[in-house]
Amino acid sequence: MRIRWVKRSSTPPLLPLLVSGGSFLLALGAALVAFAAYGLNPFEAGATVIERTLIGTRNLGEVVRRTIPLLLAGAGLVLALRARFWNIGAEGQILAGAVAASGVALFVPSLGAFTIPAIYLAGFVGAALYGLIPAFLKARLGVNEIITTLMFNYVALYVVRWLINGPWRGKSVTGFSYSDRFARETYLPMVDGTRVHIPTLVIGIVLAVGVSLLLRYTRLGFSIRLMGEAPAAARYAGVRLLPTTLALAALAAGAAGLAGAGEVAGIHHRLIEPSSISMGYGYTAILVALLARGRAWATLITAPLLGWVLAAGDVMKVSLQLPFQLTDVFTGFTLLLLVAAEPLLTHRPVLVRPQPQPAAAHSAVAPSAEERREGA
Amino acid sequence: MELELLTTTLARALAFGTPLLLAALGEIVAERAGVVNLGVEGMMMLGAVAGFVVAATTGSLPLAILAAVLIGALVASLHAVIAVVLLANQFISGLALTVGGVGLANLIGKAWVGKPLAAPMALVDVPLLADVPLLGPAFFKGQYPLTYAALIIAGVIWLVLFRTRLGLTLRTAGESPAAADTAGIDVRLVRFLAVVFGGGLAGLGGAYLALAYRPAWGENISNGMGWIALGLTILALWHPLKAVPAALLFGAFFTLSFRLQNVLPPELLTLLPYLVTVLALTLIAWRGGRGAVGAPEALGTPYRRGERE
Repeated sequence: MRIRWVKRSSTPPLLPLLVSGGSFLLALGAALVAFAAYGLNPFEAGATVIERTLIGTRNLGEVVRRTIPLLLAGAGLVLALRARFWNIGAEGQILAGAVAASGVALFVPSLGAFTIPAIYLAGFVGAALYGLIPAFLKARLGVNEIITTLMFNYVALYVVRWLINGPWRGKSVTGFSYSDRFARETYLPMVDGTRVHIPTLVIGIVLAVGVSLLLRYTRLGFSIRLMGEAPAAARYAGVRLLPTTLALAALAAGAAGLAGAGEVAGIHHRLIEPSSISMGYGYTAILVALLARGRAWATLITAPLLGWVLAAGDVMKVSLQLPFQLTDVFTGFTLLLLVAAEPLLTHRPVLVRPQPQPAAAHSAVAPSAEERREGA
Repeated sequence: MELELLTTTLARALAFGTPLLLAALGEIVAERAGVVNLGVEGMMMLGAVAGFVVAATTGSLPLAILAAVLIGALVASLHAVIAVVLLANQFISGLALTVGGVGLANLIGKAWVGKPLAAPMALVDVPLLADVPLLGPAFFKGQYPLTYAALIIAGVIWLVLFRTRLGLTLRTAGESPAAADTAGIDVRLVRFLAVVFGGGLAGLGGAYLALAYRPAWGENISNGMGWIALGLTILALWHPLKAVPAALLFGAFFTLSFRLQNVLPPELLTLLPYLVTVLALTLIAWRGGRGAVGAPEALGTPYRRGERE
């Protein structure tokens, strides 16, 4: 008896959800094993994590706080991934947004009621411009976007470090590396007793829904989907590669930039050490987008899920004295499971009994509709 | 005087370029067979930590190097199963290996931070060649043995790829898997082994960092070198011998970033090699016109045999 993979004529509607959910749950199971490996009772440790992440306003607030950048960057990445534009640069784009937003907060004189919108706008535009460079190089010259966007993450990281140690280093700051504190009017309104910045959360939800609608109902959305699913057909259909790539890259990067603006204006109120602005959100957002399987609205589920994972990582570090790197391992493992299960979506396993005579086999098992199609 | 500056810069560039060269050579072999492995950074980190822990506990460098190579190969085989056997998305798979691998390596290495190796690899000269004027002091004097090994490996890979039947088999699997299949080549086996071999070299690159170049464990010890190695693969046009000057170029940028400390702030110098990677890739693509230049025809495309009735 052996397994043969037969191509599915169509993917069953609930299967992607099942695969995403199954991968996530399996990885959670592995986390319990990791607790045991560190000498903790896995169920007690699990209970601690659940209590400290889900019970009480403050704890839940930490989950939401991490959900916000994941939602923004993740919804943007759905757009990029749908077009098969492998933007790995959300991390750097979050930082670019944070820099642009900080620039406005620090150096632009008061704009009254327009201060906060100006900060978001700066975050969006700054990151979009940063994201346009690899997109242009890809669409115009065919430069591998995976490598360029990744390199740009490092570039952004060191630019922020340079700014906070050099030109933007706070005049009132001694011994630390960060900018001066922003003016009070730039502070984003928060949910009391938490670090949840309300406007960024609202923008994130609107964006997730908006990207879904854009993909489904607009010409740009159609072009993006066609580019990803059938690049050759896209060319025949008259989809112009350069403007489409630029548009989707600017939107995806801009969304990440909004997240960066939210982090500095909502939480830190200064430009600070890059690894504190974005604790790997840009990389985790890739998983948010992949788990959502190309559906932007689904990031409304996957972003909180991974927001919870990151908050749980904090609890593991603070309450359980476990190394926080466990969350990276968790993320990598989930990704790996997710991708390994991917063939299940397009092919289904069929048990094949050993068949001594082909003729007899044909009469014994009538080929299914799909198999006949395959053979044709 | 100026000549001496040139040779020392070249020597430093070679020392810095060695891990890039090793990892890039591994990726060249994998990509020549048609498989992209974005897990280089993860494999380097895991190789580095494996080498470091084995060296710190046993004191044996050969054992440590072996461990690094084996771990790199093991992690790569995971990628090979997903990309070559299951035919799933190789970009995501490699990315997953990098995210998870870097995390795992930092997790394991946590206990060793700040504990330098008692007996790290020693610098050696190559007899005879070290005395050659100019070339000697630049390339054959006072380097770690793994650097010389990397240069030899580059030559051997070139020889095998372009002068043997095995190399032809491997390149055909990457250029035209269907033709290879018709010729009786087991495409999946060839690709699998190429990926595993590449992982071993990435692990070796990591070992160089942990056992020789640093030689201590530090969080994120490879700091994006795996990604630069991926860029280097393209820059070298998938050619093992061209990878040597390409690695030297990047090594030189890393070295220069130390030398220019009075001119530019250190943070801006540190970002130079990453920026140069982007510039170099752009230049290559620009000069070659649109599309990938000299990339193996079936690079990144899974090969599925035509389903038979």
